[in-house]
Amino acid sequence: MVEQFAKLDIRKDENIVYKRTDLLVDRPLSYCPGCGHGTVHRIIMETLEEMSIQDKTIGVSPVGCSVLAYDFMNIDMLGAAHGRAPALATAIKRMWPDRFVFTYQGDGDLAAIGTAETIHACNRGEHFTMIFINNGIYGMTGGQMAPTTLPNMRSSTSPYGRDVETMGFPLKMTELIAQLPGTYYVTRQAVHTPAGVRKTKKAIRKAFENQKNKTGISFVEVVSNCNSGWKMTPVQSNKWMEENMFPFYPLGDIKVDGKLVETKATAAKE
Amino acid sequence: MAKIKGDIVVNVERCKGCEICIAACPFSVIAMAKDVNSKGYHYAIKVNDECTGCVNCAVICPDGVITVYRAKVAAE
Repeated sequence: MVEQFAKLDIRKDENIVYKRTDLLVDRPLSYCPGCGHGTVHRIIMETLEEMSIQDKTIGVSPVGCSVLAYDFMNIDMLGAAHGRAPALATAIKRMWPDRFVFTYQGDGDLAAIGTAETIHACNRGEHFTMIFINNGIYGMTGGQMAPTTLPNMRSSTSPYGRDVETMGFPLKMTELIAQLPGTYYVTRQAVHTPAGVRKTKKAIRKAFENQKNKTGISFVEVVSNCNSGWKMTPVQSNKWMEENMFPFYPLGDIKVDGKLVETKATAAKE
Repeated sequence: MAKIKGDIVVNVERCKGCEICIAACPFSVIAMAKDVNSKGYHYAIKVNDECTGCVNCAVICPDGVITVYRAKVAAE
């Protein structure tokens, strides 16, 4: 340990106000520096710890950057085939209705190859939680264009920017599934600021608490950065996300307690 | 008059030097060290005594490397 600036005498166990939760396995995360995945992993585990349901929770990890989520989360986890996490979660939840089940998916997994599974699980109104990390790019495979890539956004397969004439429009998965009667709580959050992290944590908490009442899918989208894929520093990428992602993917609740909320998220048509 | 004092401890080996905590700190307590850890990342260090233990840096840290302490101390 290198000498730090001031050695105060308050470094005692009784003065700890924040430390990394023990539900995360004590090993370095495999994510790039500044990636939002680490933050979301931590707040999910903190939520489970606060609700003391870690023994009754089963997570389903996706394919993508977070494919190794089961290596970091110290709970029961299963790895699903690409995009099939909602199908696997459906099976788990139907076999063990008293367990808390969640899927943790990226945008390539949930919005591209897994669109059918996602929409049908939401339409059937299964009673689990879906956590959707949207960074507008395929991060793990080298920054290719994803369904959620913004118009004119550069990626390794759209080097001149996404041309909507030939490559189509970005997919707003969260607004799409909010229209389905099977969803109960649909929200979009971000983890780029401390306030955003706290709001996301509240949303995740609500999503897990909804499972007790068996009311349908709770869906939390987290707009996240991909500084490696976007070729920026982490701080720059958070700023870019605020300026470019949020106008297209506005933050806020879209559906609460089974009713659509009239917010700027639903009012914005573009 | 008691005063709220905070302190942070950074897990140097786990820090990846993303600098997000620097942007999140309201009192500019954190900066990057000139040294690197064994992985070659510059790591976060505490550079002044203004910390109030607001937990913002720890909440935002993607790798959860920051432990925050907070206590009431008597003012000098």
